Amino acid sequence: MDILYLLIPFSAVLILAIIGVFAWALHKGQFDDLEVEGARILEDDLPPKPASLDTDQAAR
Amino acid sequence: MVSLPAVTSHQTVSGNAVDNGKTLANSETIYNDSAVRLFTLAAVLWGVVGMLVGVVIAAQLTWPELNFGISWLSYGRLRPLHTNAVIFAFGGCALMGSSFYVVQRTSQVALFMPKLAAFVFWGWQLVILGAAISLPLGYTQGKEYAELEWPIDLLIAVVWVAYAVVFFGTIGTRKVRHIYVANWFYGSFILSIALLHIVNSAAIPVGAFKSYSAYAGVQDAMVQWWYGHNAVGFFLTAGFLGMMYYFIPKQAERPVYSYRLSIVHFWALIFTYMWAGPHHLHYTALPDWAQSIGMIFSLVLLAPSWGGMINGVMTLSGAWHKLREDPILKFLIVALSFYGMATFEGPMMSIKTVNALSHYTDWTIGHVHSGALGWVGLITIGTLYYLIPRMFGQTRMYSVKAIELHFWISTLGIVLYIAAMWMAGVMQGLMWRAVNPDGTLMYSFVEGVKATYPFYMIRFFGGALYLSGMGVMVWNTVKTAQAGRYVPVPIPFHQAKLKSSMTPEGITPAGLTPNAA
Repeated sequence: MDILYLLIPFSAVLILAIIGVFAWALHKGQFDDLEVEGARILEDDLPPKPASLDTDQAAR
Repeated sequence: MVSLPAVTSHQTVSGNAVDNGKTLANSETIYNDSAVRLFTLAAVLWGVVGMLVGVVIAAQLTWPELNFGISWLSYGRLRPLHTNAVIFAFGGCALMGSSFYVVQRTSQVALFMPKLAAFVFWGWQLVILGAAISLPLGYTQGKEYAELEWPIDLLIAVVWVAYAVVFFGTIGTRKVRHIYVANWFYGSFILSIALLHIVNSAAIPVGAFKSYSAYAGVQDAMVQWWYGHNAVGFFLTAGFLGMMYYFIPKQAERPVYSYRLSIVHFWALIFTYMWAGPHHLHYTALPDWAQSIGMIFSLVLLAPSWGGMINGVMTLSGAWHKLREDPILKFLIVALSFYGMATFEGPMMSIKTVNALSHYTDWTIGHVHSGALGWVGLITIGTLYYLIPRMFGQTRMYSVKAIELHFWISTLGIVLYIAAMWMAGVMQGLMWRAVNPDGTLMYSFVEGVKATYPFYMIRFFGGALYLSGMGVMVWNTVKTAQAGRYVPVPIPFHQAKLKSSMTPEGITPAGLTPNAA
């Protein structure tokens, strides 16, 4: 199982990197005011002007 | 703090917007969706192609004459073509296109380095072309879902780095401080696939199209299934959960049920998935302790997976009636129920005692396809039906009834497929282990094959049904594209009258007031 000499240190570094990213997110305020953030995407683009075809599409 | 104006719709971009005193070019005030449009259409095309190959190989298992004695039409060569086409061509284009769409809108900024995004598209199509040619010709590294030979592996790495630059560059230049949860899922998918690909594809080339894995024996198996299960966990799960967390709220016009849960779900999921790989290697030469780790973490994985499923489904809380009227929501929500099924079945199959029966049987294929056709397929189809009209300046597909038809055909196809494979799989497992009182095996292997025949036929019909649903989608897509034309979509952040006092929070969702400073 020599591959473990690669996999275990690798995984440890990866875990540290993941913890680092989490800490960054925490300190940069990524977890503040969460419910507002969830709703924000509902305003992130304006619907395109419907083509005249749209009114015919309801029945199709 | 300045009270931000509410976003009004249908404002035209007259004159240039100003951001922090700097005048913006028009290209910076509208979303850049050219790559998105290409990826969206490519996803439909490769979906049909990949699933057609799937139907062909299902037919070959039922009627082996269909191999025709031609090497590049043989099952052994077409099977990896099928898996690569549906995962990387269909799934890959859907993920790349949708991630470019989502990252722009959630960041309130146009795509970073749009020319590089075009390179990502064309580079990825070249990878697909390389696969389509090399796999039937028999060039393979022999590693499941990593069959492509080393030159194509190198191209994948280059395209993937470009993809990461465009995606993370867009996040880096965002106008909204918060990074929406979907982007965390997409981002982790992009980074982990880079890692998985580079490690698992490490090989020593000995010819233009021949190489040997850098690893050997059971160690190669461990690396391969660390890769293989993480390909499922990050490519087929995390990436598509990113899709889910954006397109379900958008289509349902309601925010995610619990945004807090979505974040917990994300971190729990990405942490646990990395350890599940050994469940592919139960009762092999892999050490027992490694098998046990795989089993335990696979069982633990049930919790975050179901957290995500519940979160997505409950987003419809208070709006269940929409499911009745909206077939796109049917696709998206039923996708989640198959996700729940598959993420329950998977942990069960990871239990060593269960795996002793299921391993190498068609139960595994049934499990794969409930996840692939049920979760990945349906969530992608729903998302494509959301995106395609918007790529052509419209709000809905040419025919909503056709979407409804597609939904029912697909669901029926899935049910036929997986039920057939469940029955075949359990039957095979039981037949293979049946012993006579004197200790000899009751059945020869070929008797098991013979008993499986009717289930292969049912599976073929289920798959053919699913493919025909895609045919309906192609028709609907062509009609939608013909009826519309591209309309630039302005970025609301620049639509609101910008001064340098714009807060980093970006736009306040209508109805909610910003925190008083």
